Amino acid sequence: MNPNSNRFLSALAITAIAAVSLNSCKPKGAEAAISGDAASKVYVAPGKYDEFYDFVSGGFNGQMSVYGIPSGRLLRIIPVFSTFAENGYGFSEETKPMLNTSHGFVPWDDLHHIALSTTNGEHDGRWVFANGNNTPRIARVDLKSFRTAEIIEIPNSAGNHSSPFITENTEYTVAGTRFSIPIQGNPDVPINTYKQNFKGTISFVKVDSSTGHMNIAFQILTPGVNFDLSRAGKGKSHDWFFFSCYNSEKANTLLEVNASAKDKDFIMAVNWKKAEQYAKAGKGKMVPAEYAHNIYDEVKHQATSTIEKQVLMLDPKDCPDMIYFIPCPKSPHGTDVDPTGEYIVGSGKLAALIPVFSFTKIQQAIANKTFDGTFDGFPILKYEAVLHGEVQKPGLGPLHTEFDNNGNAYTSMFVSSEIVKWNIKDVKVLDRVPTYYSIGHLSVMGGPTRKPYGKYMIAYNKITKDRYLPTGPELAQSAQLYDISGDKMKMILDFPTVGEPHYAEAIPAEKIRNNSIKIYKIEENQNPYAAKGEAQTKVTRNGNEVHVYMTAIRSHLTPDNIEGIQQGDVVYFHVTNLEQDWDVPHGFAIKNANNAEILIMPGETQTLKYIADKVGIFPFYCTDFCSALHQEMQGYLRVSPKGSNVALMFSTGKNYPAVDTTTKTVKP
Amino acid sequence: MKKKTIWATLLIVVSTMFFVACVDKNPSQKEPLDTQALTSNQSEVHGKEILPGDIQITNPLNAQWVADGKAIYDVKCQSCHKLTDEKLVGPGWKGVTKQRKPEWIMNMITNVDMMLEKDPAAQKLLEECLVRMPNQNLTTDEARKVLEFQRSNDGEK
Ligand code: HEC
Ligand SMILES: [Cu+2]
Repeated sequence: MNPNSNRFLSALAITAIAAVSLNSCKPKGAEAAISGDAASKVYVAPGKYDEFYDFVSGGFNGQMSVYGIPSGRLLRIIPVFSTFAENGYGFSEETKPMLNTSHGFVPWDDLHHIALSTTNGEHDGRWVFANGNNTPRIARVDLKSFRTAEIIEIPNSAGNHSSPFITENTEYTVAGTRFSIPIQGNPDVPINTYKQNFKGTISFVKVDSSTGHMNIAFQILTPGVNFDLSRAGKGKSHDWFFFSCYNSEKANTLLEVNASAKDKDFIMAVNWKKAEQYAKAGKGKMVPAEYAHNIYDEVKHQATSTIEKQVLMLDPKDCPDMIYFIPCPKSPHGTDVDPTGEYIVGSGKLAALIPVFSFTKIQQAIANKTFDGTFDGFPILKYEAVLHGEVQKPGLGPLHTEFDNNGNAYTSMFVSSEIVKWNIKDVKVLDRVPTYYSIGHLSVMGGPTRKPYGKYMIAYNKITKDRYLPTGPELAQSAQLYDISGDKMKMILDFPTVGEPHYAEAIPAEKIRNNSIKIYKIEENQNPYAAKGEAQTKVTRNGNEVHVYMTAIRSHLTPDNIEGIQQGDVVYFHVTNLEQDWDVPHGFAIKNANNAEILIMPGETQTLKYIADKVGIFPFYCTDFCSALHQEMQGYLRVSPKGSNVALMFSTGKNYPAVDTTTKTVKP
Repeated sequence: MKKKTIWATLLIVVSTMFFVACVDKNPSQKEPLDTQALTSNQSEVHGKEILPGDIQITNPLNAQWVADGKAIYDVKCQSCHKLTDEKLVGPGWKGVTKQRKPEWIMNMITNVDMMLEKDPAAQKLLEECLVRMPNQNLTTDEARKVLEFQRSNDGEK
């Protein structure tokens, strides 16, 4: 035994004793136990995956963000309704048509709500829908590519807030007008003729079950109220859709006061199956309309925009027994249907209680004509006759309700900044937790489906104030994650979000993860400007329009020397990424372009438009660090004066114009 | 040296025992995660390794395969590999079928991550080129056709 061994022995003894005393297992204070517990619940080790994908609306950034839950890590921002200079969405020629509307190119919107596609009321992991609130639109994002695949504009609408909620088998996604406006006829009317001239509409947008393609099946003309939110029925209430509405006063100014006058507003119940039958039976009228329908073709790597010219309008006057109004206290916001489809929860944002309606009672009241007058000619169901119960003193400013798999409901309280858990059957409050601060939507995992996953709940807050390090006047908004697996709700994480999160929906990762595509197959690339291999690269001129068919591969662009461009030319760089390996995008940018960059995924072609406004040498390069020689991935464009006799020329590794015809050797 | 290691191991084992013993009594407390081990432990998905004898090399060359291999080369390989012995991003292909075993070439094409992880010759090439040969997503059949084209490029008939 050498002397060192003795040292080791004593080290062993010391360590052993230390280990014993450190781990003496004495009970810890409650606080330490909770926080220790919380950290391990949200900790996802490096290289490990989250349990859920969370699709979060970006609000005024017009995008959708994807977070991993429970870690709260931001995985991706999917551009939807707003341009995204980061990857060229809305800047590349291929994606510009996605943002086309009846008013031309609209580069921004306000994305509020998320709807994950469902089959039999359960998530199927195929698509996620989102609404554009400002310029009424619905978008469909493909969950294989995590890209916006389609956008349809909604005509006869303003403020598409009550959207894009879907029916149980994704038969329809809906759009209800937040602002009533003059529909059809001359829109140039005095604003204070609101009561005579302003109307709302509800659009039912059919979703093709195999392709996902959307088309407006029909619109329903409604009284001129403000539609706020909506939910489809489930199970027994499958055929129905419930829309909350406020401003039944039909005010057109100072709504803060004038739309809050009445004691009750309404939830509008629509029998969409009946509406569908009326539409089929020819009860509707084709009316002129103008709206864009934009589809991204993944094979052509190109979007097309078509302007549609008419839409089928159902006037409820010709469609009896299709619409009923349910009185609901004080400006209802959320209208949420529980997993069984029996209970409909209205959240009057100014009300001191939460009414829960019974679908069975609604059906009875309709059958027995238990009405309480009419609204604009539509029967109003008697409040007491359709009420299951009222949650008393839930808190202040109830907004939205989600459900777990154990018969409980969770309602967000904007004014009192809390979430209240209550039992649906006996409408008793069970628990409450604070949120920091001013919660809007909340989301239970699978909360709007027939089979909620429960486990976690997330609060999406409007105000963060002192929660994070200050960053000047403008602060991040936030999300707070709660463990709801036990009787008590426990906050376990607090993370800032991009944009303004409104609604969000989470889905177990395994429902999506394995469908995620890694590359676009270059053989399948049908972009008319694709260069499939360097042999197909070229530069062509047509008048002052120049097309560069370029390829990108680690670590060069072909061609990388281009001459013969003239001042005033419009140059289109069509860049094809020849890589076929996952996570090897290339980027392309050129000096002084009045444009963004483009990112090109493996096998894809994207086009950047560049106007050669001045004479000179303009370098271009790859913007996405792709290899050790990424800094070498560059080239030059020479712009000569108009009418110059410099010939159109392009090459890589050739050094044209050559003095003799022998080509120079290529530098590796 | 050996003894030291044994003592150190023993030390770790013993202190772990104390730790584990405690964990058992208090199930809410988890053993700290070894993040280092976790990150280095991610399994990579490789293609199926091609072994000696898996592919047959025959003469005369299959002319159809040579043509198909050339078409694949034009789209997916040409931007990095010249047909001469000149290096571009990767080595020129002249002589490659004389220098390398057919299964080695096939693995380089369909299983490049595996090759760069464990094959010394492939690793040496990476040291020279400093760009990872990409997986261009060829099927085994397609790779075989490219090999036929390479053989024809090397003058085989
Ligand atoms: C982005 C550039 C690039 C592309 C595209 C590419 N390779 Fe490679 N290739 C390399 C590099 C670099 C090496 C050297 C090994 C390394 O650095 O990883 C290599 C090595 C090789 C080798 C070994 C060469 C030798 O001398 O031993 C073969 C065989 C090969 N590639 C085949 C192909 C085939 C077949 C394709 C098309 C399907 C292809 N490569 C596409 C970059 C590329
Ligand atoms: Cu690059």
